Amino acid sequence: MDRTPVIVGIGLSDYPKAPHLNGVQHHVLAAQRAIADAGIDKSEIDGYVGAGGGGGMMVDDAVTMAEYLRINHRYIDGTMTGGSSFEFHVQHLAAAIRDGACDTAIVTYGSDQLSRMGRSLGTGGMHRGVQRVAGPSGYEAPYGNSLVGSYAMHAKRHMHEFGTTSEQLAEIAVGVREYASLNPNAIYRDPITVDDVMSSRMIADPLHLLDCCAITDGGGAFIMTTAERAKDLAQPPVYVLGAAGGQTHWNVSQQTDFTSSAGALAGPIAFERAGVTHDDVDLLMFYDSFTITCLILLESLGFVPKGEGGPFVAEGHLKRGGKWPLNTDGGGLSNVHPGMRGIFLIIEAVRQLRGQGGEAQVPDCEVAIAAGSGGWLSCIGVAILGSNRP
Amino acid sequence: MSIHEVIEVEEWAKPLPGLDAVNEEYWKAAREGRLLIQQCPACGHRQWYPRALCTACAADPDWLETSGRGTLHTFTVIRQQGIPAFKAELPYAVVMVELEEGPLVFGSMPGVDVDTIEIGMALEVYFLAAADDTGVPYWRPIA
Repeated sequence: MDRTPVIVGIGLSDYPKAPHLNGVQHHVLAAQRAIADAGIDKSEIDGYVGAGGGGGMMVDDAVTMAEYLRINHRYIDGTMTGGSSFEFHVQHLAAAIRDGACDTAIVTYGSDQLSRMGRSLGTGGMHRGVQRVAGPSGYEAPYGNSLVGSYAMHAKRHMHEFGTTSEQLAEIAVGVREYASLNPNAIYRDPITVDDVMSSRMIADPLHLLDCCAITDGGGAFIMTTAERAKDLAQPPVYVLGAAGGQTHWNVSQQTDFTSSAGALAGPIAFERAGVTHDDVDLLMFYDSFTITCLILLESLGFVPKGEGGPFVAEGHLKRGGKWPLNTDGGGLSNVHPGMRGIFLIIEAVRQLRGQGGEAQVPDCEVAIAAGSGGWLSCIGVAILGSNRP
Repeated sequence: MSIHEVIEVEEWAKPLPGLDAVNEEYWKAAREGRLLIQQCPACGHRQWYPRALCTACAADPDWLETSGRGTLHTFTVIRQQGIPAFKAELPYAVVMVELEEGPLVFGSMPGVDVDTIEIGMALEVYFLAAADDTGVPYWRPIA
């Protein structure tokens, strides 16, 4: 039996604003659509994977969601590395499916961040008022940092060491917005210029409003199984060529290199396992929580030498028609970002590898890389996917 | 010994660290004007924040009192913040400081003109007396 791990179903819930859905309903709607997309019976699913993370009044941890969906699994993974969780899930599921721990697993995510919690994720602060904050985040709690600020500290250091400019970072937001303009569901669709980014208000120096991802509602799901089982399913299988992950810290106070990421650990392993080179990659699906996130992923994953990302991006190589088109769904910057975007990287990569990208389709897209950043450039998960058997 | 200024506070309105068996010495020393890191007696590794083990060799670390001086490694200027106690201080810099002794430490520079801040500048620590058992380290340019 051919146990090569493949992705056979994908589903998105309603987004970017879906006040009729709570977070669990986002999980469910995306799961229903992924099951229908795959053309598989729910009863065949014997693995459940999820990171929870919906927050607020929502209970969506892995065991609760498995119960809610009534998946009496024989394999479960609740790995939670922030937004990159789903790339780690691909890594774990690929091994589990090869090993026979399960045959068919579903990964789900859902969040009603925009409708229920408002837009305060990036700058609202995690700890309010006079309270004692336990654990390592207690070393940051008295200082009034924000999520944006943690990434901004990376951008500031990158600029200092390499001369990277705000204009270069802005090119990333401009390119991703062009793709969002092709996506009727995207939250922000009007084309923007570098000047628009530069003149948007500063949130945390050097990151402007338009350097920051959107806050939306949304959910996603995907189904993995064996190449054997995929033979008579509805969609062409997308192969997991190679996946890897790494962690350098969790809290930003423990970052030791503000110009790099664990992509430098995970990237070479993922590429070696996949048996492909950077030049073989047709599509970049990078976690664009902020423009700087993409730049550091680009460098630390080895697409360009460290420090050369700024000029490279400014030459347009990540834009539509460029060497490595980035975030063809419009990204977290302009399409969908309900809090943890990693699952949407996988879903869009699969769509493109099937040739279902519509107006945004990358020509002859055969190899895509999904690279998630969780925490504060803390946990980097990498999944290299392909339309052809490895 | 290097004792730095400790400023008394009338009413503290910000989040505070939770104290535990490992870190209470660190926050208590800060209340007295001393900035501690850890140094390993076995391998010499230095680290911040305080932990129950040396992250290099897993031995039990000792405390090391620092000079309270360092250089600015990186920073951001926070211009939007929803928590009232911080909102009142906008804009302010959140910083990573490279101590003379080596490790990077996290902090902020409230009240310092954000247009004068640049990576590499020399900084010194001072403390706010947030509670009887807790001082909070802050940073300012060395005059």
